[in-house]
Amino acid sequence: MADAPKIEVSRRGFLKGAGVTAASTVIESAKAFGREANSALQSVPTVGPGPLPIKLHINGEEHIVTVEPRYTLAETLRDNLGLTGTKVVCDRGSCSACTVWIDKVPALACMTLSVDAVGREITTIEGLSHGDTMHPVQAAFVKHDAMQCGFCTPGMVMSCAALLERNPNPSLADVKHAVSGNLCRCGTYPKVFAATLDVAQHRVASGLVTLSAGREA
Amino acid sequence: MNKFAFVDCKTVDEALGQLGDGATVKAGGIDLLDLMKDDIVFPAKLVNIRNVDSLRGITVSADGLQLGPLSTLSEIADHPEIQRSYSALSDAAGHAATPQVRNMATLGGNIMQRPRCWYFRSTDVDCKKKGGGSDECHAQAGENQYHAIMNNSTCAMVHPSSTAVPLLGMDAQVELTSKRGKRMVLMSNFYVPPEKSVINETVVQPGELITGIFVPAPAPGTRSAYQKYGEKESFDWPIADAGVVLVMDGALCRKASVVLGVAAPTPIRSKAAEAVLTGKTIDEATARAAGKAAMQDATPLSQNGYKVQLFQTAIYRTVLLAAGQMQRDPSAIG
Repeated sequence: MADAPKIEVSRRGFLKGAGVTAASTVIESAKAFGREANSALQSVPTVGPGPLPIKLHINGEEHIVTVEPRYTLAETLRDNLGLTGTKVVCDRGSCSACTVWIDKVPALACMTLSVDAVGREITTIEGLSHGDTMHPVQAAFVKHDAMQCGFCTPGMVMSCAALLERNPNPSLADVKHAVSGNLCRCGTYPKVFAATLDVAQHRVASGLVTLSAGREA
Repeated sequence: MNKFAFVDCKTVDEALGQLGDGATVKAGGIDLLDLMKDDIVFPAKLVNIRNVDSLRGITVSADGLQLGPLSTLSEIADHPEIQRSYSALSDAAGHAATPQVRNMATLGGNIMQRPRCWYFRSTDVDCKKKGGGSDECHAQAGENQYHAIMNNSTCAMVHPSSTAVPLLGMDAQVELTSKRGKRMVLMSNFYVPPEKSVINETVVQPGELITGIFVPAPAPGTRSAYQKYGEKESFDWPIADAGVVLVMDGALCRKASVVLGVAAPTPIRSKAAEAVLTGKTIDEATARAAGKAAMQDATPLSQNGYKVQLFQTAIYRTVLLAAGQMQRDPSAIG
């Protein structure tokens, strides 16, 4: 998948000449870019448009992957690293199925360029569990049957787990707000709310209000 | 997405040095990646300003509110000082898009968004805004239910920025920096109506970077409110949004700014509505009259006449909310 050609010249684009124009623009600019980099602004690191190795910090581990600047973090996670828990549905930031944490903040892997994730701490759904031990939010989703087709579930869990990190004792309104970007076509929201509130209540009752996340934790 | 080179800049000077032919500024990247994935733009080079520290930060002083253009919508929405003294701005930022988008999207990027018009965003059709050979605005006789109801004869786009609505009402200024120096542009001059340029939505020139957004301190007695109406509670852009800033002296309104979001190709102030409110006691009747006045010059298209009624109601309710005479409208999104 990683080496699959990424320029797709559609019939429509080809007929309009758009594909040809775009490709030639890139080649010309690459030359211009090189000249510029060799003159006054050598200090600014420039990469691409071809593939380059980058180092990503994911779930407490460092990974070196070779990507083009245009590859999104979602593509790199799934295609290069096999971390397919992160789902891609709309690929436009509309559905939040690809939600990961970037520096502990819920963000969209589909709208993040991999090269822009360098130096940041990325947590994916795979990083929430400890081996075979599920994260409390994952366990609560199972207990409450908070999924049907399951495709939105990883993103939904990331949003709910992040909420509990920020606010260990959220209200129903807080949970609704936290998942307001996560689209669930099956409509399992009531069970998502119940599962998240269950974790909070259990944690508060047991006096354990800080959740650990990520393998490093 | 097309192939592109990527330059990660750490300073404004580095970024300015990289701007030029085929280069596009990238901050949060939300709207830009959307446009690139849809094959609407094909930048040869992305100049990443996301790691330019001097473009971050929110400072509140006696002079006003200084916003780094990289402030995320979440940071603005959650800022206690903005919630207290510039509440229309925190409300607008806090009800745009989704939590995840708000964590990534920047204020500078929000006011620089390209239109959501589906003809503009489709590679299937050419239109005059795309600068191709076409001289058509397909919305005029096409699917136009979300399009402009005012100033819509040249291009019927609406500007999608929610934060621009309170920023315009609060007389904000945008600092633009280029190799030639800096200039300050009032929000009222920031957007360009299609009659002046159908291609560019803003006065930002190639080689210029937004380096700050400044909101002057509110006069004593100032109250503001923002409400957004849409089809969905989350993610969606508004089909009507209103920002109201009132300078009150008891129940008497000394000064009023009434801003309409997605009514016209640019966010606009309604001088007619402001005239109705200024010097009057704010009550249900004046608030309704303001809504009516704001829509007196509306020229709805074939499918968006409903927006005239929606804006009248949005303004009426937002005026009362700003004046402290109504709770937040439960039918509003924000």
